Amino acid sequence: MKKLIAGLCILAMAFSMTACGSSDTASDNGTAQETEQSGTEEGVTGTVSVVGSTTVQPVAQSIADEFASVEPGISVEVQGVGSSAGIKAAIDGTADIGASSRELKEEEKATGITEHVLAYDGIAVVVNTANPVKDLDSETVKKIFEGEITNWKEVGGNDEDIVVISRESGSGTRDAFEEMMELTEEVDGKAIPTLREDALICEGNGAVKASVASKTNSIAYLSLGYVDDTMNTVSIDGVAPTVETVKSGEYKISRPLLLVTNGEVSEATQKYLDYCLDEGQTIVSENYISIK
Amino acid sequence: MNGNALGGAIQNGYEKVNMMDKEPQKKTKKLTLSDIYEIIAKIIFLLCAGVSVFGVCIITFYIFVMGLPAIFEIGIADFIAGTKWMPSAEIFGILPMIIGSVYVTIGAVIIGVPVGILTSVYMSEYAPKPILKILNPAVELLAGIPSVVYGFFGLVVIVPLINDTLGGKGAGSSLLAASIILGVMILPTIITTTKTALSAVPKKYKEGAYALGATKVHTIFTVLIPAAKSGVFSGIVLGIGRAIGETMAVILVAGNSVIIPESITDPVRTMTANIAIEMGYSTGLHQEALFATGVILFVFIMSLNVVLHFIQKKEG
Repeated sequence: MKKLIAGLCILAMAFSMTACGSSDTASDNGTAQETEQSGTEEGVTGTVSVVGSTTVQPVAQSIADEFASVEPGISVEVQGVGSSAGIKAAIDGTADIGASSRELKEEEKATGITEHVLAYDGIAVVVNTANPVKDLDSETVKKIFEGEITNWKEVGGNDEDIVVISRESGSGTRDAFEEMMELTEEVDGKAIPTLREDALICEGNGAVKASVASKTNSIAYLSLGYVDDTMNTVSIDGVAPTVETVKSGEYKISRPLLLVTNGEVSEATQKYLDYCLDEGQTIVSENYISIK
Repeated sequence: MNGNALGGAIQNGYEKVNMMDKEPQKKTKKLTLSDIYEIIAKIIFLLCAGVSVFGVCIITFYIFVMGLPAIFEIGIADFIAGTKWMPSAEIFGILPMIIGSVYVTIGAVIIGVPVGILTSVYMSEYAPKPILKILNPAVELLAGIPSVVYGFFGLVVIVPLINDTLGGKGAGSSLLAASIILGVMILPTIITTTKTALSAVPKKYKEGAYALGATKVHTIFTVLIPAAKSGVFSGIVLGIGRAIGETMAVILVAGNSVIIPESITDPVRTMTANIAIEMGYSTGLHQEALFATGVILFVFIMSLNVVLHFIQKKEG
């Protein structure tokens, strides 16, 4: 019996550790590279905390690393916990800057927070490299993701069932894609997702990438920064998803990456913000679309 | 842990000696050095033992405190019997996940139990020493492989294999794939427990059966396994516990769609997968609903342990 209790305890602990594992690593990665500086010359000193979207996290971190050489007195901490959590942190003041990879919701705007566009990101619709389909209109994409079209031959491909791959609920990429493709319907004031229920769910952009590469008949959506030659992108209404078309506004499925602040900010925060929106844009343009 | 306890006790012992040197007149009780040593060691052992009990208590408490409010807010019936899981619309029904966990576990038992029991019969009754020298470490190694490695193996080998042979909605990511992986994962648990139980069966049972003219196979199935049945059942229940709690390997191969599977090639999401996939992004009621999923999972694991307890108690 004692052994049983001990065993159960280990089981429960292991379980709880697995459950928290992913978020722990995310924040560890963020804080591990804190740009701690002891130099207190003439410049401004202080700490800036940036909390939010895991899509924004790597960019904000790279900018912070550069920023450290310009303003050694300011230390910037970047954590990736998800867009909603980041915006919430900015609203209630637990973070100096909140990071979001989706547009602010009405009720979030109503709290009086200020948004700064850091970059734009396109969401590409991707298929397996063996798939002959190269172009779809947005209505067809919507029908495929809703399960109205279930065979590739209906859209000019092979006679194979379509395997739809989506992201987990709460993902900023999924929220943005559902909003722009109108994959929700209003029922009793609630936005019910109309994504087909048997869509495979992958956790994170990386898992989506791996699944598309291994499943011949799959279709998925991905942040443009993650697209490479292990998959084919599909043109939407004749426009291919590239940095240029997103920038010019021709490619419609794009979203802003936002930094949000609440009210008056400290001098250190303002300096980091200015740096992000000015010199930092060179780093942004490596993977995303710069605002310049 | 022993080293720490010993070190601590020795250090405390020295302090006591120093104290006694300074104030010899206060020596009222006849506590010898070794008595003190024993008492301190006992306390340290007790504290260490308390860590596991404390761990169970605090985890139980925390999960229930975080999860129960959500269950009541959503409504017990809506939560447990609801078939839609749409966090963005605040609809939380976990029936597909409960059924998913149960199906995947049944699948793992169907695959793992016969193989496991027959393996242990072979190991305890048939296998010659040279083969045991390979089998024993192989089983131990199987138990030591991290679950994410099982999952990755499933993703690159079993999922494409199922896709090529059976197809299905999830292109290979399916209930079947998860069951196969879990069936292999629970093998070591079943094999070691059953093997121990089989070797504990008194030799006279077997000799009696032979004396009555039973063949070896007949003896194994009608005498040995029935005599060892409490151990065999314990192994199965422990295996079920491992299968139902497994997370990482399942996420990689199961497809994770929130549907009630109608075929073994349909994708499936288990309760553990639901928690692990969505925890990172969830806030508010969504997060509480994930804790509530943990509550239901906890109830499942607890029931399993109660069953296990009774099996072991009944057989003494």
